[in-house]
Amino acid sequence: MEQQDKKIVLVTGTSEGIGRAVAVKMAEEGNLIVINYRKNKEAAQETLKMVREAGGDGVIAQADVADPQQVESLFARVKKKFGTVDVLINNAGIIKDKYLLMMTEEDFMDVINTNLGGCFHCTKAEVRLMVSNEKGGSIVNIASTSGLSGQIGQANYSSSKGGIVSFTKTVAKEYAGKNIRVNAVAPGFVETKMTKGNRKLLEDQYMQFIPLKRFGKPSEIAEAVAFLASEKASYITGQCLVADGGLTM
Amino acid sequence: MNKGEVLQYAADRKEMCRKIKQIIVDQLYLDMEPDFISDDQPLFGRGLELDSIDALELAVGIYNEFSVTVSDGDAKIFASVNAIADYIIEQSKNQSQDQKEELSDDEI
Repeated sequence: MEQQDKKIVLVTGTSEGIGRAVAVKMAEEGNLIVINYRKNKEAAQETLKMVREAGGDGVIAQADVADPQQVESLFARVKKKFGTVDVLINNAGIIKDKYLLMMTEEDFMDVINTNLGGCFHCTKAEVRLMVSNEKGGSIVNIASTSGLSGQIGQANYSSSKGGIVSFTKTVAKEYAGKNIRVNAVAPGFVETKMTKGNRKLLEDQYMQFIPLKRFGKPSEIAEAVAFLASEKASYITGQCLVADGGLTM
Repeated sequence: MNKGEVLQYAADRKEMCRKIKQIIVDQLYLDMEPDFISDDQPLFGRGLELDSIDALELAVGIYNEFSVTVSDGDAKIFASVNAIADYIIEQSKNQSQDQKEELSDDEI
């Protein structure tokens, strides 16, 4: 791949799971990956190692996307190092599952601030960068089927992910004229650390509703993300691609 | 600061103000020499009579030159060239303070 074809790809929350799989997938095309992490530096370094093994390169960059100042600093550092970000993948997310009546204000707002707030902070910084560079680009937000149809115990998570879908459509409409495409991917149940804790319970409850009769793999979600991020999706914007084994159809 | 540091600070500040004035003229397509804008001249209302749309253009120019973002609530920084310079210096300090530990080549 020629140097000028290499894209600068920033993936938030890249220490493990879907974020790591997306970073590795985007690296397969020789792109430069900015591997954002919040706390787990060692895991981020492992992701960087996997990115290099996949044929790409990159750096790790710490920032808590829930904090707008840290996001400003992150994008300033990326701009200083690389000049631009061609593709932003808003993946960083947390869960704090509880039934509504047991969910505290902190439980609710922590998830909203990281998942939806993080998406807002990073997208705003990215759009500013893309507009100033007059290049356009692609943004892919990781939503969830939980945000489309709700999920017991996830009033906070469902709200944040549903908000991401609406946010995606709005920003897509606002900045299509600047050649900025914004899409979302809504995974169903995926084999990650996030679902590991109650995997057996989830499988017992939901496998019967999944036509493909299995949970998804992070690499499968990464394929959907990579497609929307690429020029192969050049006429697609404001959409939410559901990757859930048929769960919500 | 010792005398040398003061002189250096003054020179850096003068250069920053010069760049800000150039940004104002370039981003807003003003038909005037940048030097005609004084450091404390009001930019909005009376003075250069800039408006909110001009402020957005200036924010882009400042971001491109100094990698400093002007948030929506910070519109008051456009009061004058000196006010903009003060803001940039403050934000630049905050950004460098964020990176307290030495970073490896694989980190930014």
